[in-house]
Amino acid sequence: MDTMPVAVRGLNYSYGTGDMARPVLRDIDLTLAPGEIVLLTGPSGSGKTTLLTLIGALRAVQQGSCAVLGQELLGAKEAQRVALRRRIGFIFQSHNLLGFLTARQNVAMALELLPGLTEAGRLARAGAMLTSVGLGDRGEDRPDRLSGGQRQRVAVARALSADPGLILADEPTAALDRQSGGDVVRLLRDLAKQRGVPILLVTHDPRILDVADRIVAMEDGRIVQADGRTASGPRPGG
Amino acid sequence: MKPGLNALFLPLRLAWRQLRAEKARLASAIAGVMFACVLVFMQLGFRAALFDSASALLASMRADIFLMQPLTTASFRPETFPRARASQALALPEVWAAVPIYMAQTTWRNPENGSRRAMQLIGFDMEAGVMGFPGLAPLLEALKRPDTIAFDRRSRPEFGNVARLLAERGPFQGQLGNHRVEIVGLVEVGASFGADGNAVMSEVNFRRLTTNRVATTVDLVAIKLVPGANRDAAIARLRQVMPGDVMVMSQPQLVAHERAYWENGTPIGFIFAFGSLMGLIVGMVIVYQILFSDIASHLREYATLKAMGYSNGFLGRAVLSAALLLAVLGFIPGLGLSWVLYAVVGKATFLPLAMDAIRAVGVFALIFSMCAAAGFLAMRKLRDANPADMF
Repeated sequence: MDTMPVAVRGLNYSYGTGDMARPVLRDIDLTLAPGEIVLLTGPSGSGKTTLLTLIGALRAVQQGSCAVLGQELLGAKEAQRVALRRRIGFIFQSHNLLGFLTARQNVAMALELLPGLTEAGRLARAGAMLTSVGLGDRGEDRPDRLSGGQRQRVAVARALSADPGLILADEPTAALDRQSGGDVVRLLRDLAKQRGVPILLVTHDPRILDVADRIVAMEDGRIVQADGRTASGPRPGG
Repeated sequence: MKPGLNALFLPLRLAWRQLRAEKARLASAIAGVMFACVLVFMQLGFRAALFDSASALLASMRADIFLMQPLTTASFRPETFPRARASQALALPEVWAAVPIYMAQTTWRNPENGSRRAMQLIGFDMEAGVMGFPGLAPLLEALKRPDTIAFDRRSRPEFGNVARLLAERGPFQGQLGNHRVEIVGLVEVGASFGADGNAVMSEVNFRRLTTNRVATTVDLVAIKLVPGANRDAAIARLRQVMPGDVMVMSQPQLVAHERAYWENGTPIGFIFAFGSLMGLIVGMVIVYQILFSDIASHLREYATLKAMGYSNGFLGRAVLSAALLLAVLGFIPGLGLSWVLYAVVGKATFLPLAMDAIRAVGVFALIFSMCAAAGFLAMRKLRDANPADMF
């Protein structure tokens, strides 16, 4: 189990403290195998986004075990969480690109955190990454000159450029039409499969369920259904 | 590039790219810093000019050591002491000359419109060569005639355009106190706080104009030493010899004594310090506003950077870098504009306004600190960029 990129055991989480405490996650068990693509679905308020932020080291774990890329997050310090985030690629609902940077500079921002790269090396790698998402010729454009689908593809390139050990995505198609939403998710899947990177993707979007190796449904802070397979016995990617 | 340098260079570059992207906002931020810069330069310039002008008369005297009554607070209002102190000083072998200087104020009648105004009279022995006023040398012989004066061409215009009258009619008659005097030429002394205008004359003519004064008292004694004599040793010996009714001072000490009066004995020093502080506060608020709204409108992007693994420290350095870039970008045009204003305002106010390197460095340090303070204040807004709220 230690070799799994994500291993969550008995995770509980509440907002507020004392009498005001409102539990949002109850006794969650979830494992991602290397290269596995898992979709997390469920109605709003079911706790899936909170689970994603806990796995992404954006929140402190309160109770239970949450090991991500070998780092136990229960009791982890802020600096340990910041270091772990550098090994995770995030894709958000909106692209959140820096408007004053070009597409290539935005991708290179993810590489500035890696030691031992020169500026030329960073830009070359960012350019290659943009080519692999089909935007090799748009590298010098600012985000406001790209379409919604193109911006989200830049965000995908940014998330993948630093060779993360895990991709976390939150409704990456919410702001896109059917065609470009499907394109972005399939692109993400193909690139992740090539690299063997697991993906945990929160979505409401029924149009993209086909990219998943496994679908996990949540309700009221619990995992209610794991697509016929048990959470502890995932099928490896592919 | 070393990793340590990257930790400073990369946030600086990010800050510059962000500032550069919004030209209008950058321009208003630079204008704000420039405004603060000019305000501080003008306040400090006026302050220095007023202190310089207050001590200009003393600074233009060409002597090594001075004797002054200890109760004298400022040269425009001197306390007198016995003329005999000058003769006593001559007893020291290293003293080459001890020249009495007389100062008083009396009214001058404007030769153009007849209005009256207080004027500073400066009397001394024309032969002694202790006064370095420009224009004095060719007038020395003329000033030895009875009831003659030389008029300070840098007196305020309210004293009348004596230079034009002299050019038109040559030496002419004027009125000083209740006496008729002949204006024989122009010298340069400079208006100051204490005196709007000056008239220079011989010792004898000074006595004729100030008949109510005891003739055996003087206001200042300028001492010249024989060439090669040690000034500090001479001061020490004079202090041993002189009784308690005179202070022995070098010229820098005399000038500092005069400045200290204006700086501490009047609200002038405070007024200009207060003006400078106001400029800095206004500048800080402007820079803070710009930085704060920059962060507030990019909270999602900053939160994304945090989610990607950027530390609070990196983003803090980016905000601080933006503040310091604004300091540099605002200071440069501020310095240029102040330079121009010094020339324009100096001409209009007859004050010796001049830019000097020490003041420029000092103002830059103030502006830099102002922007850094604004940056530290704005950095608190970064806490609101919480990546957990992004999903």
